[in-house]
Amino acid sequence: MMDKLRGTGFVIAMSIALALSVFVAGCGGATTTTTAPEGAAGSTVVLMTHDSFAISDEVLADFTAETGITVQVLRSGDAGAMLNQAILTKDNPLADVLYGVDNTFLSRALGSDVFEAYEPRGLDQVPDELQLDPGHRVTPIDFGDICLNYDKAFFAETGLAPPASLRDLTKPEYRSLLVVENPATSSPGLGFLLATVAEFGTGGEYDWLDFWRDLVANDLLVVSGWEEAYYSSFSGGSGAGDRPLVVSYASSPPAEVIYAETPLTEAPTGVVTAGAFRQIEFAGVLRGAKNPEGAGRLIDFMLSLRFQEDIPLNMFVFPANRDAVLPPEFLQYTDVPAAPLSVPPDVIEQNRDRWIEEWTAIAL
Amino acid sequence: MDGDRVVTGRGGGRLARRVGSAVLVGVPLLFLAYFFVYPLAGILWVSLSREGSPSAAFVTVLTRPSLRAVAWFTLWQAAVSTVLTVLVALPGAYVLARFRFPGRSLVRAGVTVPFVLPTVVVGSAFLALLGPDGPLGVDLRHTVWAILLAHVFFNYAVVIRTVGGLWAHLDPRLEEAARMLGASRLRVFREVTLPLLAPALAAASSIVFLFTFTSFGVILILGGLHYTTLEVEIWRQTTQFLNLPVAAALAVLQLIGVTTLLVLYSRFQERRAVQQGLRPAGETARPPRTWGERLLVGANLVFMVLLLGTPLLVLVERSLATAGGYGLTYYQALFTSQTSSLFVPAAVGLRNSLVFALAATLIAVTVGLMAATVIAYRRGRAGRWFDVVLMLPLGTSAVTIGFGFLVALGKPIDLRASALLIPIAHALVAIPFVVRSAVPVMRSVRGRLRDAAAMLGASPFRVWREVDLPLAARAAAVGAGFAFAISLGEFGATAFIARPDTPTVPVAIFRLLGRPGNLNFGQAMALSTILMALTAAAVLLIERFRLARDSEF
Repeated sequence: MMDKLRGTGFVIAMSIALALSVFVAGCGGATTTTTAPEGAAGSTVVLMTHDSFAISDEVLADFTAETGITVQVLRSGDAGAMLNQAILTKDNPLADVLYGVDNTFLSRALGSDVFEAYEPRGLDQVPDELQLDPGHRVTPIDFGDICLNYDKAFFAETGLAPPASLRDLTKPEYRSLLVVENPATSSPGLGFLLATVAEFGTGGEYDWLDFWRDLVANDLLVVSGWEEAYYSSFSGGSGAGDRPLVVSYASSPPAEVIYAETPLTEAPTGVVTAGAFRQIEFAGVLRGAKNPEGAGRLIDFMLSLRFQEDIPLNMFVFPANRDAVLPPEFLQYTDVPAAPLSVPPDVIEQNRDRWIEEWTAIAL
Repeated sequence: MDGDRVVTGRGGGRLARRVGSAVLVGVPLLFLAYFFVYPLAGILWVSLSREGSPSAAFVTVLTRPSLRAVAWFTLWQAAVSTVLTVLVALPGAYVLARFRFPGRSLVRAGVTVPFVLPTVVVGSAFLALLGPDGPLGVDLRHTVWAILLAHVFFNYAVVIRTVGGLWAHLDPRLEEAARMLGASRLRVFREVTLPLLAPALAAASSIVFLFTFTSFGVILILGGLHYTTLEVEIWRQTTQFLNLPVAAALAVLQLIGVTTLLVLYSRFQERRAVQQGLRPAGETARPPRTWGERLLVGANLVFMVLLLGTPLLVLVERSLATAGGYGLTYYQALFTSQTSSLFVPAAVGLRNSLVFALAATLIAVTVGLMAATVIAYRRGRAGRWFDVVLMLPLGTSAVTIGFGFLVALGKPIDLRASALLIPIAHALVAIPFVVRSAVPVMRSVRGRLRDAAAMLGASPFRVWREVDLPLAARAAAVGAGFAFAISLGEFGATAFIARPDTPTVPVAIFRLLGRPGNLNFGQAMALSTILMALTAAAVLLIERFRLARDSEF
């Protein structure tokens, strides 16, 4: 009797363990079938994107109503992590469309051959300067300008004019006013570094490294990420720090108004349009996509006015389609830099590590 | 007839016993092999065999002076953080284990709260406190002190709960006897208490060490720019430079370091385990009697409030501070309509977080308890290696594991983008906590107790079920609390897993903090406050369960 009990006990233990493993495997199977369905065109398209992706639910619902295709969003960390995931899984991709590769990573993405060429409808409404791949492997969807933001109250009180150029920042009157992000750990930080490279060039009489030496001599503050720069170090708007100049985005002042706790009639911060770096975000059909047809339809839709006009208030970047109407806050509270600086993606790719190392040697 | 039955019975028993122990060893081993070793090996292989010879990446890593400096800093800051945390938390562990006072379980649950908060949130509180206008009056921002202080803040609970868990069950009569024989308090502590606590101390320090060795958010936010750990460097090499070979070489370096330390630790641990008669916690704790004892309790409570409470209070204060004085504007905003997919309705985020946390806790406790049984009773090399391998996920870079899932879990079932990977990744980190809380208690169970049970005719399985399991289950409750908190706070790994859009509370906080505007910042603080309250409540509930069952001891 005793021994029978003993046996039963073990059988129970084993069954529990087995049930658990079956549960684990079963769940996995079930979840997989819902997230990565076999490609019956017209059913589901999987959109791999970064953590900052956002669009109104109704907009995606409209796409489904129009095409019968459901969009499934797959989030994959920040832009760099996402691209890496796409590269690592390129033999058996997790998604049909990849959205969120920017011009700083574009060269690597194209070089890794993760995209299938696709020329979407509506591409003629996108300005030429945003179209960086003549082979149409990627389609520009939006752009954002990384630029200096200033605390209006500070400059009004002191009577100092906001800087009119990057070079101004090295003048004594702008001493101890600027906070920037580390380009090795932050995307706006890298954008600003690239702006200085574009502005001052490499190896000239006064090159970008000389500029950074002067900035450091002028008591520059460097922090690791945007959150710390903006919320903890910047004095304008929702910032709680003491530096009236910060590297942020051209869309930050409208965000200050829209997300003000009490309604504002004027933005508390302004943008310096000189020395801005334009970050362009692309989407593309992944090579080996299970639903290439649906992927194409989604990219068409992403360029359509319905999607494009929903972009600004969700992601706080500007639509690539020139016909898209901007929300009033974007027209009223910020300036779009007319002549943003740029560095070709392949030049960025070849020099990124070295530039960051050179920058680190000077600024840290 | 009778004899026959006994013989067949015995044979069946032996077989059953073998099968049983195979299950106990097999399930954790399979889990770990499939969700840790295999993905890790996969990503390292893919990365290193990618461009040219694998040795090139190692040459780069080993010869670049800046990377050697990173390795050295990683090691020493982890060692110092561990020593500091243990020193600072030991008196607290004693007070919470041995004295009964009103609000004790609340305090014990409260110390776990820092554990779940996203570092970006705590980081901003620390920056405010450590700035020139903070209560300390000195600017410690971006110094190594900020890092050490934050590490103590985050890991205080590990020592309190792991060491306190065993301390509460130590038989106070041993100490009393030593005192009666004329030993000084200090001598009693050094020669009686400390050796008895050694296994738990070693367990706690190894966890704190691993946590700080792979420190990421704290270093990034508080260390400013001059301090980098291997973990931060692996992340940078992977996501900023897309340099997988160097990232993999660094991950191998990190793995070698962690493994070496774990092997040393586990030898020590085994030698120090003392079998002793454990007492129910209810019996060992008493109210503070003398003024000295009251002072000790009071001083420790004040210290906990200062160390753990102040940064948390900063967050609460910020969640309430609106333009027109204190108010609930941000909380109201959290629960009002925002339809964009960026904004997670608070209720949805909370529900997702709870579901993931429960699943992770279930997996971690099941697998962890099975593993703990094996480690506690199977001495020798096999048990030791098992132990080391189980601890490894805690000391492995989250980026590496996350990417490992991608390259390894495509076949036979495609789990790469499954929501299930989230609780599994959390469980990998939480299992060491369950094991570490259970093993010292299991090892300390007097062999006699088990022998007595066996002599009275209990089968080995029954002994396990009725003697070991109840003891271990209570100890595992400590681990379960951690597992829950870890998952609720969504530690590291999940940020690097491709996952369906099931936003959790930390994700929502991250999204709110990612853009300007008072309303965004305020809501992030409000959500953090809710997360804190939720954690404290959940841990309190787990504690309740544990205390209620203590009477059976």
